[in-house]
Amino acid sequence: MKKFLFLLLVLPVTAFANTALKLDHAPVNVHDHESLQRGARIFVNYCLSCHSAGYMRYNRMQDIGLSEVQIKDNLLFAADKPGELMKVSMRPQEAKAWFGAPPPDLTVIARSRGADWVYTYLRSFYRDDTRPTGWNNTVFDKVGMPHVLHELQGQLAPVYETVTDPEGNKHQVIERLELVKTGKMTPVEYDATVADLVNYLAWMAEPAQTQRMNIGLVVILFLGVFFVVAFYLKKEYWKDIH
Amino acid sequence: MSEMSVDGSKRRFLVAMSTAVGGVAAAGAVVPFVMSMMPSARALAAGAPVEVDLSKVEPGMLLTVEWRGKPVWIVYRTQEMLEMLSKHDDRLTDPNCEVTTQQPEYCKNPTRSIKPQYMVAVGICTHLGCSPTFRKEVGPADLGADWPGGWFCPCHGSRFDLAARVFAGSPAPTNLVVPPHKYLSDIKLLVGEDQKAA
Amino acid sequence: MEKVINWVDARFPLTASFKAHLSEYYAPKNFNFWYYFGSLALLVLVIQIVTGIFLAMHYKPDGALAFASVEYIMRDVPFGWLIRYAHSTGASAFFIVVYLHMFRGLLYGSFRQPRELIWIFGMLIYLMLMAEAFMGYLLPWGQMSFWGAQVIINLFAAVPYIGNDLSTLIRGDFVVGDATLNRFFALHIVALPLVLIGLIAAHVVALHEVGSNNPDGVEIKKNKDPVTHHPVDGIPFHPYYTVKDILGVVVFLIAFSAILFFAPDMGGYFLEANNFIPADPLKTPPHIAPVWYFTPYYAILRAIPPMFGSQFPGVAAMGIAVMIFFALPWLDKSPVKSIRYRGPKFKIALGLFVIAFIGLGWLGIQPVTPLFTLLSQIFTAVYFAFFVLMPWYTKNDTHKTEPERVTDK
Repeated sequence: MKKFLFLLLVLPVTAFANTALKLDHAPVNVHDHESLQRGARIFVNYCLSCHSAGYMRYNRMQDIGLSEVQIKDNLLFAADKPGELMKVSMRPQEAKAWFGAPPPDLTVIARSRGADWVYTYLRSFYRDDTRPTGWNNTVFDKVGMPHVLHELQGQLAPVYETVTDPEGNKHQVIERLELVKTGKMTPVEYDATVADLVNYLAWMAEPAQTQRMNIGLVVILFLGVFFVVAFYLKKEYWKDIH
Repeated sequence: MSEMSVDGSKRRFLVAMSTAVGGVAAAGAVVPFVMSMMPSARALAAGAPVEVDLSKVEPGMLLTVEWRGKPVWIVYRTQEMLEMLSKHDDRLTDPNCEVTTQQPEYCKNPTRSIKPQYMVAVGICTHLGCSPTFRKEVGPADLGADWPGGWFCPCHGSRFDLAARVFAGSPAPTNLVVPPHKYLSDIKLLVGEDQKAA
Repeated sequence: MEKVINWVDARFPLTASFKAHLSEYYAPKNFNFWYYFGSLALLVLVIQIVTGIFLAMHYKPDGALAFASVEYIMRDVPFGWLIRYAHSTGASAFFIVVYLHMFRGLLYGSFRQPRELIWIFGMLIYLMLMAEAFMGYLLPWGQMSFWGAQVIINLFAAVPYIGNDLSTLIRGDFVVGDATLNRFFALHIVALPLVLIGLIAAHVVALHEVGSNNPDGVEIKKNKDPVTHHPVDGIPFHPYYTVKDILGVVVFLIAFSAILFFAPDMGGYFLEANNFIPADPLKTPPHIAPVWYFTPYYAILRAIPPMFGSQFPGVAAMGIAVMIFFALPWLDKSPVKSIRYRGPKFKIALGLFVIAFIGLGWLGIQPVTPLFTLLSQIFTAVYFAFFVLMPWYTKNDTHKTEPERVTDK
């Protein structure tokens, strides 16, 4: 009996383990409005030209401390009104011709891929002349997307190592990536910028999450009070039972 | 049961407490459900204030824009049109805009407008919701020689003057609605948002 | 007030029903922790119905619009996120509560004579709940919705002779598509809830006819007070079990809220990451696993290898694994009901069964490897052995004598 309950409690904690990839931990903090605002700016400037965020309204960014006027003046490139959805002007057909597949919508990408994956992905592009775009990615092999942020990051090149698999065959695998051409940012600055962007994506995937946790706290505290009352009520009545 | 030995007041107190806390819980649980029936962000975005460029509206002309799914008229009234407005007060149901729901406080004036030359009104007849036709010509054959220019509703024959006030004898009970609006500049009008109290 | 009640009572058995099912329904006084889950299941049903109605006000059962309408609920509808999370958390909570409720039945022999029909109604409720959950899971129209439905409906294709036509009939198309979504919506929000409510009413009526079992497995009706004619070990459900259940409800709601407000995904178990990608009939996600409450059966399905070039044996095993619960009242030959008075054989068998069930549940989420397949096969064997060997090990088991009266309190 006890064991049954114990297992039931432990079960949800053991999340799906992705053994193939080592992902870096994304420093997500959806309460950090300044980071979210920086992330929003990067998102609108770099991502939104190809990727839509078709379920997200511009004016929702009021939740991260921006005013409607700020949104309108600084972030509204592809739409007329702050109430509109973050659609993209590129047609899916054209996009398919360019990249092989239409760029996915990014509204909930942080929920489908996970923030850690996106954070690692955006820092794992490397130069690969065999690819049509000239770019490849250690997290997403043969990716269709070029390295949009390369001006900021610079260029990475792979450093290979040789490994022997259990059957005794030798393989060349990428051991790590190395900066071969510097960009506008130092690696530390670049990581911080990507962190802001990923933070924004994590927030955008569920803009209600801060409200959710605030309400949750109140609800649980209230239920705590209810528990005390219900406990004494039960105790009082059950005095009768011998 | 051994009701005799029971501390009745303690029991009543605990029942009252539980009822109160449970009542608060129930009320709290109802809130999100009721709120979810209010207009969503999509509806609010669709019903957002509409900006109108007045430089395109020439004297005597009517421009129709859509706001919250309803036609909103903007008429540039000429000097002659404005002068006509005061001459038929005795034939109107509500010449002095006494019905306060039909216009914002700042439009409760003889021209029912912020700037006399621009008339802004929701183009929905207050009778049964048809959209009246703009008839600016004075004294046409079908509307009679005393027609001062205004709107005529094709559905049930309600008549309105150029301040969208209803003529007595029309089926429509009240003047047409003047929506909240404000001027962002000389040529920019925002329909759907009140001007701040002066 | 009294006048109103009298007026109603003359036309509808209001007071009589209140007495029959609450204030004068005598329940054994020794209910323990395990007896909370029946009323909690009813609570979850109410949560699901209410949140479901409000979701249906905004949801669009259309292949082109469904995914977006769920995100619309999550973002644009005021408190839509709360209602949706309550519904998705409620789905898993329903199964947690029902599994614990069923386990209680196994522990104390609540399925035994004279409660066979209560057990059968309960099992029908469980079946309907599975159908309800399966169809509801298609509605968000994400990748897991789509491919989960695709895989499960294809199981029907394994039925000999009529399989292909049958699965086409279920889908209304050659793949899971708009037609499937639309009919699943209709079944999920109208047909199955009606059946469920009817079955639950039958379950409760049958229970109140024969009276509740208890952790001692003693029939309290056998021992009535000669004056009042009430069972001496019974207490009126109201107020004693109403106040006790209120306490249980509050504790449950604390756990429920903790998940709803702080971990609505539950690490991918309640809401799967891949379901945040819109359904794409051309691209299967690399790793499909059903939601956790189906995984024990999914593991049984995968444990049985194809025979004679057909998947049918696996599908049949999965079906039998669910259906075999119905036979339980007739498989158990022990002279006592409660685990408290049973011998070691039953205790070991039940322990192994629980381990097998949870083990299968875990394996159903894992990718297929030879080791995991072997483990699944062992657990599947244990699962079936629990039922098939039950007449033998319950008959030959030792047992302690049941007491005349309930022992707790």
